[in-house]
Amino acid sequence: MTDKKDYQLWEVFIRSNRGIDHKHAGSLRASDAEMAMQNARDLYTRRMEGVSIWVVPSSQIVASDPDDKSVLFDPSGDKIYRHPTFYKLPKELEHM
Amino acid sequence: MNNDLYTYTLRQADNAMILCQRLCQWAAKAPELEEDIALTNIGLDMIGQARSLYQYAAELSDKDISEDDLAFMRDERQWRNLLLVEQPSGNFADTIARQYFYDVWHLAFLQELVNCNDEMLAAIATKSVKEAQYHVRHSSNWVKRLGDGTELSHERMQEAVNEMWQFTPEMFESDEVDQRLLAKGHAADLSKVKVIWDTAVTALLEEATLIKPDEAFLMSGGRQGIHTQHLGYILAEMQILPRSMPGCKW
Repeated sequence: MTDKKDYQLWEVFIRSNRGIDHKHAGSLRASDAEMAMQNARDLYTRRMEGVSIWVVPSSQIVASDPDDKSVLFDPSGDKIYRHPTFYKLPKELEHM
Repeated sequence: MNNDLYTYTLRQADNAMILCQRLCQWAAKAPELEEDIALTNIGLDMIGQARSLYQYAAELSDKDISEDDLAFMRDERQWRNLLLVEQPSGNFADTIARQYFYDVWHLAFLQELVNCNDEMLAAIATKSVKEAQYHVRHSSNWVKRLGDGTELSHERMQEAVNEMWQFTPEMFESDEVDQRLLAKGHAADLSKVKVIWDTAVTALLEEATLIKPDEAFLMSGGRQGIHTQHLGYILAEMQILPRSMPGCKW
């Protein structure tokens, strides 16, 4: 039991009672999917947080590199026309 | 006062209370953080069940007592829990063996009790069944993992099964209280529970590559108040505060 090399990290996503999307809740360690699911239930739904659980091996997640932050995200910073609020609506159009 | 129903309710409450106490001793000491939470979660389910049952027992009693009096003011010989639940937690495999044997029994017992004529017991059982289903899933998974795991985990799991086995026949003993209540449709039919338990346990032990022990020497007496030496220590720890400071609140 002390040999923990079989224990891998899993990311847990929970869909809450009123939510329609699964949100990242945290991570845990488990030796397979079944144990990950059980542990997720115990660790992250104890206070009635959810109605559905996803568990994903952390190693399967491809994450963006923090050093790429400026390359990836800065260019969209000055493109306000990508937001619908940039456009003026004709007065005739009500209840938009 | 309905003495039989009181005793019957108290026996169930005491099982939940003592096993909860045992499980909570793992808090901050379990082999994994995740398992730490899992075991104490199960303990919390049990304290919820114990409270409902103690409240009902207090109601059935002709004395003016509360759930707390039942939990904290009774001595060892007045406790009615099964010997199995008071056994020491030992290593993790011991805890799992104790838990698995109890969980399978408890679920089958509750599923019987759901249909009993006593509305309150049926209602408490209905609520507890969902919890017990999860408990069985948790403990049976671990029996399989440890039994069919490494050489060391297999050895420990087999030892634990052998050790706890002697306390399992007591779960199916049916005394006059059980029989009188069963005749009135107020109790679980333990002979049916036994068939379900035997089938499930035999199959799981095989799947876990574990050897089912032979019929053991029957250890029993818990339900009559004759306990192993372990219960006294549990009660001492559990009852010291309310006994030394009666009525204390925080």
